[in-house]
Amino acid sequence: MDVTLWGTRGSLAAPGPETARYGGNTSCVEVRGADGQLLILDAGTGIRPLSATLYPDLRRVDILLTHLHMDHVQGLGFFAGLYKPDLEVHVWGPPSTTLHLRDRLARYLSPPLFPVQMRDLPSRLTLHDVPLSDFEIEGMAVKASLVCHPGPTVGYRISENGKAVVYLPDHEPALGARRFPEDAEWTSGFELAEDADILIHDAQYTPEEYAEHVGWGHSSLPDTVGFAQKAAAKKMVTFHHDPQHDDAILDRMVEDARRAAKLPFTLVGGTEGATFAL
Amino acid sequence: MPQQPIELILTRQWASYLVVPVWVMGENGHLVYYNEPAEAVLGRRFDEAGEMPAEELATIFQTTSEDGSRLDAESLPINIALLERRPAHRRLRIRGLDGEWRVVDASAFPIEGQGGRHLGAVAIFWEAEPGGLG
Repeated sequence: MDVTLWGTRGSLAAPGPETARYGGNTSCVEVRGADGQLLILDAGTGIRPLSATLYPDLRRVDILLTHLHMDHVQGLGFFAGLYKPDLEVHVWGPPSTTLHLRDRLARYLSPPLFPVQMRDLPSRLTLHDVPLSDFEIEGMAVKASLVCHPGPTVGYRISENGKAVVYLPDHEPALGARRFPEDAEWTSGFELAEDADILIHDAQYTPEEYAEHVGWGHSSLPDTVGFAQKAAAKKMVTFHHDPQHDDAILDRMVEDARRAAKLPFTLVGGTEGATFAL
Repeated sequence: MPQQPIELILTRQWASYLVVPVWVMGENGHLVYYNEPAEAVLGRRFDEAGEMPAEELATIFQTTSEDGSRLDAESLPINIALLERRPAHRRLRIRGLDGEWRVVDASAFPIEGQGGRHLGAVAIFWEAEPGGLG
C-alpha cells in the first residue's frame, strides 16, 4: 500500500512561495493498494493534480469523503475521472438523517456554484452512505467511524496485508475533556487510530491558537501528539495546516513538538507530495 | 474496553459540565456515566461506583413511585427511553448508595445516533423537595 499526500492544507487553499513545501492544496490523500486499487481520501483541491496520474486503463476509483465541508469537496468537480465515460467512480460520505449524499453534494455541484450538474457527468458515478462499521473496497479493508468535528464527520482506517493507514484530517478529540488524553474508551477516534502504522491527523493549531478556537473541530499539535501516543501509532503525519501558517511556522511547530518530549513514534510534518510505503 | 460511540463521548463531556444531575446509559443498559451533581443524589462518586450493568443497578438504587408504592423497572423514565426509544418523565423516590430517600423528577430521552444507531439514554434528575441537590 502506498500513501501520497496531494493536499495537506486545512480550511482554505493557501498557494504561494511561502507555503510551497507543505503545500497550498486542501485535503486529499491517495491510497494505492498492492493490486493498483485507487482510494482517494477527500476531494479537496489536491484532487486536481492527482487526476493527472490516473492510469489510462483504470476502471474504478473510490473517493472516501470524511465530511462535506468545502475544503474537503471543492476539488470534486475538477477530478478528471468524473469526465471519463469508462470509469466507475464511487463516492462515499457520512450518512445524514435528512438528505441523501447526492442531494448534499448537488448543492455544490450545480449552478450557480458549479457549471456542470451531477447528472450530466459522463463517468459511471455511484454515491454511497458510508457504513459506520467495517467494510471492504476492492479487497482493501475499510473502517469508518464518526469522530468529534462539527456536523457528521467520519475518520477512516484502511488496511491491507496487515498494515494500516488512519486518516483523521478534521478531529478535535480533546473537546470537553477534563484532561487529555483520557481513557481510550472515552477518546474520540481511538478505535480507528489504535496501532496505526501511519496516522494522518489534524494538527492545525499551536496551543495558544487552540485556546481561541475550542469547539471549531480541530486540534493543537501537542494534543495530536498525545492522541498518537495514546493510540500507539508508529508514525504520525501532521495535516490540515492552518492557511495562516507558512512553511517556517510549520517547521517550527514540528520541531517544538519533537523537542517537548521523547516521542515513541516518528513525527512527520505533512508536506504535499510526500509518499509513504507500507 | 472498546471505544464508546462519539455521540456517547460528547454526551458525557456535556454532562460533566452541567450542574444538574445527569445519568448516561449505554445501549446495553449499563450505567456508563453520571456527573458530579448526580453523585450527590446517588450517594457515591462515579469513580468509586464505576460502570454498572442494569442488574446490579436494580440492587443498588432503589426506586418507588412518589407515594412509596412499588415501581417496576420498566416504568422508570430511563428504561422507557432506553427500551421504548421515546422520551419519558415522572416523579419518583430514589434511595442511593448512601441509604437516603430523595424525591426527584426524572426526565429521560434516548440517544439516537447517526445511521439509525440506538446508543443509549440520558436521564436528568431534579430534586423535587426543598433541600437542594448538593
